[in-house]
Amino acid sequence: MSEPTAGMRFLNGILPENPTYRQLLGMCPTLAVTNSMQSALTMVAATGFTLICANVMISLMRRLLKPHLRILVFTLTIATFVTIADRLLSAFLYDASKALGPYIPLIVVNCIIISRCEVCSSKQGPWIAFADGVGQTLGFALGLASIATVREIFGSGTWFGLQVLPDAWPKLGILVLPPGAFLTMGLLLAVVAFVSQRARKETR
Amino acid sequence: MSDSESFEHRPEGHPLAQAKLVLFLGVFLAVALAGVDLGLRERIVANKTAETYSEIPRLVPGADAQRTEALQVWVAGKTQRIYKAFSATGEHLGFVLPTSGSGFSDRIELLIGLDAQGQTLTGLYVLDQKETPGLGDHIKEAQFQARFAGAQTPLTAVKGDSKNHNEIKAIVGATVSSQSVCDIVNRAVSGLDLSTLTEATHE
Repeated sequence: MSEPTAGMRFLNGILPENPTYRQLLGMCPTLAVTNSMQSALTMVAATGFTLICANVMISLMRRLLKPHLRILVFTLTIATFVTIADRLLSAFLYDASKALGPYIPLIVVNCIIISRCEVCSSKQGPWIAFADGVGQTLGFALGLASIATVREIFGSGTWFGLQVLPDAWPKLGILVLPPGAFLTMGLLLAVVAFVSQRARKETR
Repeated sequence: MSDSESFEHRPEGHPLAQAKLVLFLGVFLAVALAGVDLGLRERIVANKTAETYSEIPRLVPGADAQRTEALQVWVAGKTQRIYKAFSATGEHLGFVLPTSGSGFSDRIELLIGLDAQGQTLTGLYVLDQKETPGLGDHIKEAQFQARFAGAQTPLTAVKGDSKNHNEIKAIVGATVSSQSVCDIVNRAVSGLDLSTLTEATHE
Protein backbone atom coordinates (compact mmCIF):
# COMPACT_ATOMS: atom_id res chain seq x y z
CA MET A 1 0.00 0.00 0.00
CA SER A 2 1.44 3.39 -0.97
CA GLU A 3 2.07 6.18 1.54
CA PRO A 4 -1.04 8.15 2.57
CA THR A 5 -1.45 11.47 0.76
CA ALA A 6 -2.12 14.80 2.43
CA GLY A 7 -5.80 14.54 1.57
CA MET A 8 -6.03 11.04 3.06
CA ARG A 9 -4.22 12.12 6.24
CA PHE A 10 -6.56 15.09 6.59
CA LEU A 11 -9.78 13.12 6.14
CA ASN A 12 -8.61 10.20 8.27
CA GLY A 13 -8.12 12.45 11.26
CA ILE A 14 -11.72 13.62 11.32
CA LEU A 15 -13.67 10.35 11.61
CA PRO A 16 -11.91 7.09 10.59
CA GLU A 17 -8.89 7.74 12.86
CA ASN A 18 -10.65 10.13 15.23
CA PRO A 19 -8.28 10.62 18.21
CA THR A 20 -11.08 10.54 20.79
CA TYR A 21 -13.50 7.90 19.55
CA ARG A 22 -11.20 5.64 17.54
CA GLN A 23 -7.65 5.98 18.87
CA LEU A 24 -8.82 6.79 22.42
CA LEU A 25 -5.83 9.06 22.89
CA GLY A 26 -5.59 12.25 24.92
CA MET A 27 -8.20 10.99 27.38
CA CYS A 28 -6.95 13.15 30.24
CA PRO A 29 -7.84 16.56 28.78
CA THR A 30 -10.91 15.03 27.14
CA LEU A 31 -12.33 14.05 30.51
CA ALA A 32 -11.02 17.05 32.44
CA VAL A 33 -12.00 20.10 30.40
CA THR A 34 -15.25 19.01 28.73
CA ASN A 35 -17.51 20.33 31.49
CA SER A 36 -17.96 23.47 29.41
CA MET A 37 -17.77 24.23 25.67
CA GLN A 38 -15.59 27.27 26.28
CA SER A 39 -12.87 25.25 28.06
CA ALA A 40 -13.14 22.40 25.59
CA LEU A 41 -12.59 24.60 22.54
CA THR A 42 -9.76 26.53 24.18
CA MET A 43 -8.07 23.18 24.85
CA VAL A 44 -8.61 22.16 21.20
CA ALA A 45 -7.05 25.44 20.04
CA ALA A 46 -3.98 25.03 22.27
CA THR A 47 -3.55 21.34 21.40
CA GLY A 48 -4.12 22.00 17.70
CA PHE A 49 -1.56 24.80 17.64
CA THR A 50 1.00 22.51 19.29
CA LEU A 51 0.15 19.53 17.08
CA ILE A 52 0.35 21.41 13.78
CA CYS A 53 3.54 23.31 14.66
CA ALA A 54 5.25 20.22 16.09
CA ASN A 55 4.21 18.10 13.08
CA VAL A 56 5.63 20.62 10.59
CA MET A 57 8.86 21.16 12.54
CA ILE A 58 9.51 17.43 13.03
CA SER A 59 8.76 16.84 9.36
CA LEU A 60 11.35 19.45 8.35
CA MET A 61 13.92 17.68 10.57
CA ARG A 62 12.89 14.15 9.67
CA ARG A 63 16.06 13.24 7.76
CA LEU A 64 18.22 14.24 10.76
CA LEU A 65 16.41 12.04 13.29
CA LYS A 66 18.34 9.14 14.80
CA PRO A 67 16.05 6.24 15.81
CA HIS A 68 17.38 5.96 19.36
CA LEU A 69 17.08 9.72 19.98
CA ARG A 70 13.89 10.53 18.11
CA ILE A 71 11.59 10.52 21.16
CA LEU A 72 13.87 13.09 22.80
CA VAL A 73 13.59 15.34 19.77
CA PHE A 74 9.79 14.91 19.64
CA THR A 75 9.45 15.78 23.31
CA LEU A 76 11.75 18.83 23.09
CA THR A 77 9.76 20.19 20.16
CA ILE A 78 6.36 19.49 21.68
CA ALA A 79 7.32 21.00 25.04
CA THR A 80 8.51 24.18 23.33
CA PHE A 81 5.25 24.69 21.45
CA VAL A 82 3.18 23.92 24.55
CA THR A 83 5.11 26.59 26.45
CA ILE A 84 4.51 29.07 23.63
CA ALA A 85 0.79 28.18 23.61
CA ASP A 86 0.66 28.65 27.39
CA ARG A 87 2.29 32.09 27.15
CA LEU A 88 0.01 33.14 24.29
CA LEU A 89 -3.06 32.12 26.30
CA SER A 90 -1.86 34.01 29.40
CA ALA A 91 -1.25 37.07 27.26
CA PHE A 92 -4.38 37.12 25.07
CA LEU A 93 -7.01 34.88 26.72
CA TYR A 94 -6.14 35.29 30.39
CA ASP A 95 -9.48 34.14 31.83
CA ALA A 96 -9.54 31.06 29.62
CA SER A 97 -6.00 30.16 30.66
CA LYS A 98 -6.97 30.38 34.32
CA ALA A 99 -10.00 28.14 33.74
CA LEU A 100 -7.79 25.46 32.17
CA GLY A 101 -5.08 25.69 34.84
CA PRO A 102 -2.57 22.83 34.81
CA TYR A 103 -4.14 21.14 31.77
CA ILE A 104 -2.30 23.39 29.34
CA PRO A 105 1.19 22.29 30.44
CA LEU A 106 -0.16 18.72 30.42
CA ILE A 107 -0.57 18.95 26.64
CA VAL A 108 3.10 17.92 26.55
CA VAL A 109 2.09 14.38 27.51
CA ASN A 110 -0.98 14.27 25.26
CA CYS A 111 -0.43 11.06 23.32
CA ILE A 112 -2.14 12.37 20.20
CA ILE A 113 0.74 14.70 19.45
CA ILE A 114 3.62 12.33 19.99
CA SER A 115 1.79 9.57 18.13
CA ARG A 116 1.32 11.80 15.06
CA CYS A 117 5.02 12.65 15.20
CA GLU A 118 5.89 8.96 15.26
CA VAL A 119 3.34 7.80 12.70
CA CYS A 120 3.34 10.66 10.21
CA SER A 121 5.62 13.65 10.53
CA SER A 122 8.86 11.73 11.17
CA LYS A 123 8.26 9.90 7.89
CA GLN A 124 6.51 12.27 5.50
CA GLY A 125 6.92 15.79 4.13
CA PRO A 126 5.78 19.08 5.78
CA TRP A 127 2.64 19.57 3.69
CA ILE A 128 1.37 16.06 4.52
CA ALA A 129 2.32 16.55 8.18
CA PHE A 130 0.41 19.85 8.20
CA ALA A 131 -2.69 18.21 6.69
CA ASP A 132 -2.42 15.39 9.23
CA GLY A 133 -2.23 17.89 12.08
CA VAL A 134 -5.26 19.82 10.85
CA GLY A 135 -7.29 16.63 10.33
CA GLN A 136 -6.48 15.23 13.77
CA THR A 137 -7.27 18.60 15.36
CA LEU A 138 -10.68 18.66 13.68
CA GLY A 139 -11.30 15.11 14.90
CA PHE A 140 -10.24 16.13 18.41
CA ALA A 141 -12.57 19.15 18.20
CA LEU A 142 -15.45 16.88 17.20
CA GLY A 143 -14.69 14.53 20.07
CA LEU A 144 -14.38 17.21 22.74
CA ALA A 145 -17.29 19.30 21.45
CA SER A 146 -19.66 16.31 21.44
CA ILE A 147 -18.79 15.39 25.02
CA ALA A 148 -18.80 19.00 26.22
CA THR A 149 -22.18 19.67 24.63
CA VAL A 150 -23.79 16.79 26.55
CA ARG A 151 -22.04 17.63 29.81
CA GLU A 152 -22.68 21.35 29.73
CA ILE A 153 -26.29 21.26 28.55
CA PHE A 154 -27.47 18.51 30.88
CA GLY A 155 -25.08 19.35 33.71
CA SER A 156 -25.40 23.14 33.87
CA GLY A 157 -28.27 23.95 31.50
CA THR A 158 -26.00 26.20 29.43
CA TRP A 159 -24.06 26.03 26.18
CA PHE A 160 -21.07 28.36 25.80
CA GLY A 161 -22.34 29.97 29.00
CA LEU A 162 -25.70 30.87 27.47
CA GLN A 163 -28.79 29.44 29.13
CA VAL A 164 -30.43 26.85 26.83
CA LEU A 165 -32.55 24.82 29.21
CA PRO A 166 -35.38 26.44 31.19
CA ASP A 167 -34.65 26.92 34.91
CA ALA A 168 -37.26 24.32 35.82
CA TRP A 169 -35.31 21.57 34.02
CA PRO A 170 -33.31 19.54 36.60
CA LYS A 171 -29.55 19.80 36.24
CA LEU A 172 -27.57 16.56 36.51
CA GLY A 173 -24.72 17.97 38.62
CA ILE A 174 -22.75 14.74 38.32
CA LEU A 175 -22.14 15.45 34.63
CA VAL A 176 -20.02 18.46 35.52
CA LEU A 177 -17.84 16.37 37.85
CA PRO A 178 -15.25 13.72 36.88
CA PRO A 179 -17.60 10.70 37.18
CA GLY A 180 -19.92 12.39 34.70
CA ALA A 181 -17.05 12.73 32.27
CA PHE A 182 -16.43 8.98 32.29
CA LEU A 183 -20.16 8.26 31.99
CA THR A 184 -20.66 10.63 29.05
CA MET A 185 -17.51 9.46 27.28
CA GLY A 186 -18.42 5.82 27.68
CA LEU A 187 -21.98 6.27 26.44
CA LEU A 188 -20.97 8.39 23.44
CA LEU A 189 -18.22 5.92 22.57
CA ALA A 190 -20.83 3.14 22.57
CA VAL A 191 -23.09 5.19 20.29
CA VAL A 192 -20.24 5.86 17.85
CA ALA A 193 -19.19 2.20 17.84
CA PHE A 194 -22.80 1.09 17.23
CA VAL A 195 -23.35 3.54 14.37
CA SER A 196 -20.08 2.66 12.64
CA GLN A 197 -20.75 -1.07 13.02
CA ARG A 198 -24.12 -0.61 11.32
CA ALA A 199 -22.49 1.44 8.56
CA ARG A 200 -19.90 -1.30 7.99
CA LYS A 201 -22.61 -4.00 7.83
CA GLU A 202 -24.53 -2.03 5.21
CA THR A 203 -21.54 -1.59 2.93
CA ARG A 204 -20.88 -5.33 2.85
CA MET B 1 12.22 1.75 6.94
CA SER B 2 10.49 -1.03 8.86
CA ASP B 3 10.36 -1.25 12.65
CA SER B 4 12.65 -4.29 12.87
CA GLU B 5 15.33 -2.40 10.94
CA SER B 6 15.31 0.46 13.42
CA PHE B 7 15.63 -1.91 16.40
CA GLU B 8 18.79 -3.40 14.89
CA HIS B 9 20.28 0.02 14.14
CA ARG B 10 23.74 0.24 15.64
CA PRO B 11 24.64 3.89 16.31
CA GLU B 12 28.18 4.74 15.14
CA GLY B 13 30.41 7.51 16.32
CA HIS B 14 30.79 9.30 19.62
CA PRO B 15 27.50 9.66 21.60
CA LEU B 16 27.85 13.45 21.65
CA ALA B 17 28.25 13.50 17.89
CA GLN B 18 25.10 11.39 17.53
CA ALA B 19 23.23 13.82 19.76
CA LYS B 20 24.15 16.87 17.63
CA LEU B 21 20.53 17.53 16.75
CA VAL B 22 19.33 17.17 20.33
CA LEU B 23 22.01 19.51 21.66
CA PHE B 24 21.40 22.09 18.95
CA LEU B 25 17.64 21.96 19.48
CA GLY B 26 18.08 22.31 23.22
CA VAL B 27 19.96 25.57 22.81
CA PHE B 28 17.93 26.90 19.88
CA LEU B 29 14.52 26.20 21.43
CA ALA B 30 15.60 27.64 24.79
CA VAL B 31 16.61 30.89 23.07
CA ALA B 32 13.36 30.92 21.07
CA LEU B 33 11.32 30.44 24.26
CA ALA B 34 13.22 33.24 26.00
CA GLY B 35 12.39 35.48 23.05
CA VAL B 36 8.68 34.60 23.17
CA ASP B 37 8.61 35.17 26.92
CA LEU B 38 10.29 38.57 26.52
CA GLY B 39 7.80 39.58 23.85
CA LEU B 40 4.71 38.56 25.81
CA ARG B 41 5.84 39.40 29.33
CA GLU B 42 4.33 42.90 29.37
CA ARG B 43 0.88 41.73 28.34
CA ILE B 44 0.89 38.91 30.89
CA VAL B 45 1.97 41.26 33.69
CA ALA B 46 -0.76 43.72 32.63
CA ASN B 47 -3.34 40.92 32.83
CA LYS B 48 -2.19 39.95 36.30
CA THR B 49 -2.24 43.57 37.47
CA ALA B 50 -5.79 44.02 36.18
CA GLU B 51 -6.77 40.90 38.08
CA THR B 52 -5.07 42.23 41.22
CA TYR B 53 -6.97 45.52 41.09
CA SER B 54 -10.27 43.71 40.62
CA GLU B 55 -9.59 41.57 43.71
CA ILE B 56 -8.62 44.43 46.04
CA PRO B 57 -12.18 45.21 47.23
CA ARG B 58 -12.54 41.56 48.34
CA LEU B 59 -9.10 41.35 49.93
CA VAL B 60 -9.42 44.53 52.02
CA PRO B 61 -13.14 44.85 52.82
CA GLY B 62 -14.51 48.27 51.98
CA ALA B 63 -11.63 49.26 49.71
CA ASP B 64 -12.27 51.17 46.50
CA ALA B 65 -10.17 49.73 43.66
CA GLN B 66 -9.97 53.10 41.85
CA ARG B 67 -8.30 54.80 44.82
CA THR B 68 -5.58 52.16 45.21
CA GLU B 69 -2.02 53.43 45.17
CA ALA B 70 0.70 51.25 43.66
CA LEU B 71 3.87 51.67 45.75
CA GLN B 72 7.13 49.88 46.39
CA VAL B 73 8.41 48.32 49.57
CA TRP B 74 11.27 46.14 50.82
CA VAL B 75 10.34 42.55 51.52
CA ALA B 76 13.21 40.40 52.83
CA GLY B 77 15.83 42.63 51.26
CA LYS B 78 14.22 42.93 47.80
CA THR B 79 12.12 45.78 46.42
CA GLN B 80 8.70 44.79 45.17
CA ARG B 81 5.25 46.14 44.41
CA ILE B 82 2.68 46.70 47.18
CA TYR B 83 -0.79 48.21 46.88
CA LYS B 84 -2.17 50.65 49.45
CA ALA B 85 -5.93 50.28 49.72
CA PHE B 86 -8.23 53.20 50.52
CA SER B 87 -11.96 53.42 51.03
CA ALA B 88 -14.08 55.60 48.73
CA THR B 89 -13.71 58.42 51.30
CA GLY B 90 -9.91 58.24 51.28
CA GLU B 91 -9.45 56.39 54.57
CA HIS B 92 -6.39 54.10 54.57
CA LEU B 93 -7.79 50.61 55.12
CA GLY B 94 -4.88 48.30 54.48
CA PHE B 95 -2.47 46.82 51.97
CA VAL B 96 -2.42 44.16 49.29
CA LEU B 97 0.92 42.37 48.96
CA PRO B 98 1.63 40.17 45.93
CA THR B 99 4.03 37.33 46.62
CA SER B 100 4.93 33.86 45.43
CA GLY B 101 6.74 30.73 46.53
CA SER B 102 6.95 26.99 45.94
CA GLY B 103 3.89 24.83 46.36
CA PHE B 104 3.59 21.07 46.11
CA SER B 105 3.83 20.99 42.31
CA ASP B 106 5.00 24.35 41.06
CA ARG B 107 5.05 28.03 42.06
CA ILE B 108 2.01 29.52 43.79
CA GLU B 109 1.33 33.25 43.25
CA LEU B 110 -0.66 34.94 45.99
CA LEU B 111 -2.22 38.27 46.90
CA ILE B 112 -2.23 38.87 50.66
CA GLY B 113 -4.70 41.36 52.10
CA LEU B 114 -3.30 43.08 55.22
CA ASP B 115 -4.61 45.62 57.70
CA ALA B 116 -3.19 49.16 57.88
CA GLN B 117 -0.38 48.02 60.23
CA GLY B 118 0.59 45.13 57.96
CA GLN B 119 0.14 42.65 60.81
CA THR B 120 -3.22 40.88 60.53
CA LEU B 121 -4.46 39.34 57.30
CA THR B 122 -7.74 40.61 55.87
CA GLY B 123 -7.88 38.15 52.98
CA LEU B 124 -6.04 35.93 50.55
CA TYR B 125 -6.30 35.32 46.80
CA VAL B 126 -4.50 32.76 44.64
CA LEU B 127 -3.38 34.38 41.36
CA ASP B 128 -1.74 31.30 39.88
CA GLN B 129 -1.20 27.70 40.93
CA LYS B 130 -0.54 24.34 39.36
CA GLU B 131 -1.35 22.07 42.30
CA THR B 132 -2.92 18.64 41.93
CA PRO B 133 -6.38 18.92 40.36
CA GLY B 134 -9.10 17.89 42.82
CA LEU B 135 -6.78 18.05 45.82
CA GLY B 136 -4.21 20.84 46.10
CA ASP B 137 -6.06 23.02 43.62
CA HIS B 138 -8.80 23.60 46.22
CA ILE B 139 -6.53 26.44 47.39
CA LYS B 140 -8.05 28.49 44.55
CA GLU B 141 -11.51 28.21 46.12
CA ALA B 142 -13.06 31.00 48.19
CA GLN B 143 -13.86 28.47 50.92
CA PHE B 144 -10.13 27.89 51.64
CA GLN B 145 -9.09 31.50 51.12
CA ALA B 146 -11.76 32.75 53.55
CA ARG B 147 -9.92 30.90 56.35
CA PHE B 148 -7.15 33.50 56.16
CA ALA B 149 -9.33 36.48 57.10
CA GLY B 150 -8.31 37.61 60.58
CA ALA B 151 -5.31 35.25 60.67
CA GLN B 152 -1.92 36.25 62.04
CA THR B 153 1.54 35.02 61.17
CA PRO B 154 3.31 32.71 61.86
CA LEU B 155 0.66 30.46 60.35
CA THR B 156 0.49 26.69 60.51
CA ALA B 157 -1.86 24.45 58.56
CA VAL B 158 -3.63 22.03 60.92
CA LYS B 159 -5.68 18.94 60.16
CA GLY B 160 -8.60 19.64 62.49
CA ASP B 161 -10.42 22.92 63.03
CA SER B 162 -8.24 25.93 63.68
CA LYS B 163 -8.13 26.84 67.40
CA ASN B 164 -6.60 30.30 67.16
CA HIS B 165 -5.55 33.05 64.75
CA ASN B 166 -2.22 31.32 63.99
CA GLU B 167 -3.79 28.13 62.69
CA ILE B 168 -5.40 27.50 59.32
CA LYS B 169 -7.58 24.46 58.67
CA ALA B 170 -5.78 22.50 55.94
CA ILE B 171 -7.49 21.03 52.89
CA VAL B 172 -8.25 17.35 53.40
CA GLY B 173 -5.76 15.35 51.33
CA ALA B 174 -3.67 18.42 50.47
CA THR B 175 -1.62 19.12 53.57
CA VAL B 176 1.52 20.11 51.68
CA SER B 177 -0.33 22.57 49.41
CA SER B 178 -2.07 24.11 52.45
CA GLN B 179 1.16 24.42 54.42
CA SER B 180 2.96 25.83 51.35
CA VAL B 181 0.44 28.67 51.19
CA CYS B 182 1.00 29.33 54.92
CA ASP B 183 4.79 29.30 54.44
CA ILE B 184 4.59 31.76 51.55
CA VAL B 185 2.41 34.09 53.64
CA ASN B 186 4.71 33.77 56.66
CA ARG B 187 7.81 34.62 54.65
CA ALA B 188 6.19 37.62 52.98
CA VAL B 189 4.63 39.13 56.10
CA SER B 190 7.71 38.62 58.30
CA GLY B 191 9.98 40.08 55.62
CA LEU B 192 7.71 43.09 55.04
CA ASP B 193 9.22 46.38 56.21
CA LEU B 194 6.54 49.08 55.93
CA SER B 195 9.02 51.81 56.91
CA THR B 196 10.56 51.42 53.44
CA LEU B 197 7.31 52.32 51.61
CA THR B 198 8.16 54.55 48.64
CA GLU B 199 6.68 55.76 45.38
CA ALA B 200 6.67 53.19 42.58
CA THR B 201 9.60 53.86 40.26
CA HIS B 202 8.16 51.86 37.34
CA GLU B 203 4.74 50.54 36.34
